[in-house]
Order: sequence, then C-alpha cells, then structure tokens
Amino acid sequence: MTLDVSHDTVVWAAKTVGLLYLLVLSAIIVCYAFWPSRQKEFRDASAAILDQEDRPWR
Amino acid sequence: MITNLTASERRGALLILVVMAIVGLFFAAAGRGDPIALHGALIMVVALAFAFPVMGHLYDPEPSADRLDTYYDDPSKVGMILTFAWAAFAMFVGDWLAWMMVEPTWTTGSAWSSFGRLRPVHTTGVIFGFGGNGLIATSFYVMQRTCRVRLPDQLSPWFVLLGFNLFCLLAVTGYMLGITQSKEYAEPEWYADLWLVIVWIVYFVLYLRTLARREEPHIYVANWYYMAFILVVAMLHIVNNLAVPVSFLSAKSHSLFSGVQDALTEWWYGHNAVAFFLTAGFLGMMYYYLPIRAGRPIFSYRMSIISFWGITFMYMWVGSHHLHHTALPQWVQTLGMSFSLVLLVPSWASAANALLTLNGAWHRVRDDATLRFMMIAAVFYGLTTFEGSFMAIRSVNALSHYTDWTVGHVHAGALGWVAMITFGALYASIPWLWKKERMYSSFLVELHFWLALSGTVIYVFALWNAGIIQGLMWRTYTENGNLAYTFLDSVVAMTPYYIARAIGGLLFLTGALAGCLNLYLTIRFAAPATEALSLMPLRDPVSDAVIQAAE
Repeated sequence: MTLDVSHDTVVWAAKTVGLLYLLVLSAIIVCYAFWPSRQKEFRDASAAILDQEDRPWR
Repeated sequence: MITNLTASERRGALLILVVMAIVGLFFAAAGRGDPIALHGALIMVVALAFAFPVMGHLYDPEPSADRLDTYYDDPSKVGMILTFAWAAFAMFVGDWLAWMMVEPTWTTGSAWSSFGRLRPVHTTGVIFGFGGNGLIATSFYVMQRTCRVRLPDQLSPWFVLLGFNLFCLLAVTGYMLGITQSKEYAEPEWYADLWLVIVWIVYFVLYLRTLARREEPHIYVANWYYMAFILVVAMLHIVNNLAVPVSFLSAKSHSLFSGVQDALTEWWYGHNAVAFFLTAGFLGMMYYYLPIRAGRPIFSYRMSIISFWGITFMYMWVGSHHLHHTALPQWVQTLGMSFSLVLLVPSWASAANALLTLNGAWHRVRDDATLRFMMIAAVFYGLTTFEGSFMAIRSVNALSHYTDWTVGHVHAGALGWVAMITFGALYASIPWLWKKERMYSSFLVELHFWLALSGTVIYVFALWNAGIIQGLMWRTYTENGNLAYTFLDSVVAMTPYYIARAIGGLLFLTGALAGCLNLYLTIRFAAPATEALSLMPLRDPVSDAVIQAAE
C-alpha cells in the first residue's frame, strides 16, 4: 500500500486548515475565559474549594 | 473494608476475581514453556488472594446507610499507601542502577538484575507505580470534594486501583523475566496492555459518572486536567501498543508499525506520556491542593483555563523533537520543535499561576513543609518546561541528545516536579483521610523536604555537567579531522558525575523512606482530629475576612 499524500499536500493543509484550527480554537477559548458574564462563576468556583465542609451534599 | 461493600458489590467482586483466576489458570496451564505461563500463575494467585477474604464476608449484613453521608475514601487511603510503597521500591532500584553505572559489577550476576532489565523496572515503578497510584488516589479524593458528591459505587474504584496495580506488577515482573516489547515507557506486552485498557475505560466511566452526579454547578479546573490525563493516556496507550501476538499463548508480539513510523508513533506516545501522565494529572493535583493548603484561591482561574487548552493542544505535536537528526522528515522535526517552543507559554502560565497564588501566603510556605513541597514543585515545573523547550531546538539537541543531559532533564521533572507535588498532596491529604490532627512527625516532613530538595539539586547539577561534557567530547575533532576522544574516554570521564548522581538519588530515596515511616506512624499513633478541627477551613486567621484571588 502506498500513501498518495505528498509533502506539499501536508504543508498546504498545515498552512490553511491547521492554521485556522489553531486560530479559531484559540479565539473560542479566550472568549470563553474572558466572557464577562462568566466571571462570577469562575470566582465562585475558585473560592468554593476552600470551603472544607468534608461531606457530600445530598 | 470489605464489609463496607454492599452485598451485590461483594458478589460482583467475587465474580470478577473468579473470572480472573480462571483466565490466569488457563494461561498458566496452556502456556507451557512460555513466560506467559508464569504471568498466568501470578494473575491466578493474586485473584485468589483477594477472592478468599471476599468469600469470607459474602453473607455479611448490608453496610449502614450512614456511609452515604461521607465521601468514599477507602480506595484513596490504600492508593496513598501503595504510592509510598512504589516510591520506596522504584527509587531503591533507581539508585541501585545509579551505583551500577559507577561500578558495573554491582549486580547479583543473574539475568533479572542486569542493567537492561532493571532500568524499565525503575522507570515503570516510578512513573506508573508511584505516579499512577498517586494520581488515582488523589483523583478519587479531588473529584468527590470538588463535585460535593460521593463516588457513584464502591466496586469500580477498587477495580481501577487494584487492576492498575496488577498491571504494574505484570510489567515489573515481566521485565525481570525478560518479557518486553522494547518500546520505551510502553514495555509491557500485549496481554498486560489489554488489561490496562479495560481498567482505564472503567476509570474514565467512573470519572464521568461522578461528574454527572455533581452538586457543584461548575466543574472545577483540577477535574479538567485529571480528565485530560485519563482520556489522552487511553488514546496514546491504545495506538502505540497496536500489535499482533505471535500466538495467544505467547508473551511475544510484533508491533503494527515499523521503521521511522514506529519511532514517530513511539515518541508521539512517549512525549505525551510526559505531557498527560506526568504533567496534566499532576497539574490537576496542583490546582486543587496548592490553593487549599495556602488557604487562597488560585491566582487566576482564567489563566488556568487558557493554559489547560494550550497544554492539551500543543503537547500533541511535540513528540518528534525526540527524533531530531534522524530519518524522520525534516519538516516533521521542525513541527515538533516549533510547538515545543510555543508550549513554553501555557507551561509558564501554570507555573506562574501557582507561584502568584502564594502571594500573601509566603509566611505559610516558610512554616509549612507540605506547602513548600508544592511551591518547589511549581518552581521545578517552570525550570523543566523551559529546559525542555530549549532542548527541543534542533541545534541544542545536537549537543544534548544521547547524553546524560536528557536523563538530568527528565529527573528535574520527575523528582523536582512530579514527586514534590505528589508528596505535598499526600502530606496534605493523609491527616484529612485518616482523621488525624496532623502528620505524626513534622520533623520527618521537614527532613523529607530537605533531603528531596538537596537530592534533586545534586542529581540535576551532576547530570547537566555530565551531559554537556559528553556532548562536547563526542564532537571535538583534532587538527587532522579525527575525533579527539574515543567513546570510552567519555565514559571514564563520567565517573565523578555518576558518583554525585548516585549520592543525590540516595538522598532522595532516604527522604521517601522517611515519608514511609511517617505514614506508618501517622496511621498508627497520631492523635485523632477533633471534629471542630477537621471541619475548620484552612484559611489564614489574619486574612480570613474576605479571601479573593490576587489577580
């Protein structure tokens, strides 16, 4: 079995689809992390673990 | 512990153990003349050793419903004891090997104790035995507390923990018998690999079930890291170990890959084992235990999210930096190198996030050796990731590759980062789990800290020197264009560094043994915690008013 993917094909994919993948993913993550309405949730989440109530909530 | 299982869980456990014993018996009987027979017998003995106590309690009454008001911590407790046990064993073997490199005659003379067989015993024992048990034990602890929910059942955590240890046992005994598929950090043969796949799927499903039942609306970031660890390790393990056994009654198999494809698959696995086994899981540990112990929320939660995605995305591509200047196409090498350099950004974001969290708690770092373990771990995490990115540059790699610099780099990560954060997390959890006021001896924790730190520094400095000297000796030419030194000259020149490395390792091992002693004393003799103390938040009395992230 031979693989008919040339070096140029891979480089083309890396420079187009790969680059877009990297940029779009980065943009989505930065938006998620910095979205104003989510800040309270993050603040609460980081503070909540300090509450050492050592039993499950049920 | 068995009586805490429900009757149906006890029956389930017995069924699993009986099936395992039958499979073990089959391999032991049918695999005559092949080393797989010995492993079959081992599986059978282990399964029966657990089956008999379970049978003894099979008809005990159901456990009280009160248990549902507490977290299920028995597997975490056993996991933490196993973590210390594997540390003592694997670090002892490591230091033995270090002395063997000073004096090669220090073996027993039989095949099992040759350098080639003991070396994977050390690496597997440390990475999977010590690191893996530490990750499993702390992940059960962390997922319950961050989700505010008890584990969904009591059987699958035991299956994961003990099944994983059976895998480690098969791996380590296999190497000593000469069973290996010769893939670095993936040496166990096909049947052990298949067993790990089953264990790992149960682990993943257990994590998902716990998350699905959570009472906290937000999934705390430590869980993201633990999940990435479990998911990606499954993917890596399955792909890299694709192989065809010679026969179903033979321990030997042949990899599906060959040549440079095999090398690339192996190092895609190998470096991501560093990334997702030795980094992502331990970052999960750090993001939970460091804020708790410092009594302050993580400096920037946003930064922890961004570095999470940075690490998970970038690490996937960097494996090819292990194959610079080989038959691997140049552009694949360049790809690995470029992503390794970019990776420094999320890595340093995590290290900085940890250290900035300590702003306002530095007096605690001074007074509390447990928190100091975690602080030093973050420092070494920063140092090692910088060094790793640097060594991935092709021209630097031309000097460093195949030298002891690589070994020094790995140990800066394994001793300075992985082991330090694990010991910190264990010293934090053990008193909470066994309901003790504190570890039995604060002196032994201090002693362990200083032995670990001095051992790591001696080790790493020795091998930085050793590696650079080796690299330079191998590329020094005479006026006539001949190599100035033979390979043997470079081996002889290593003696002082190898002695220093073995001493550094001995210090680290001694520290771990002090930890084992302290664990025993704590479980056996430490004063029990009063209810008020065990529920007291670990907050700083001075700054107790409003604790906010420092960001």
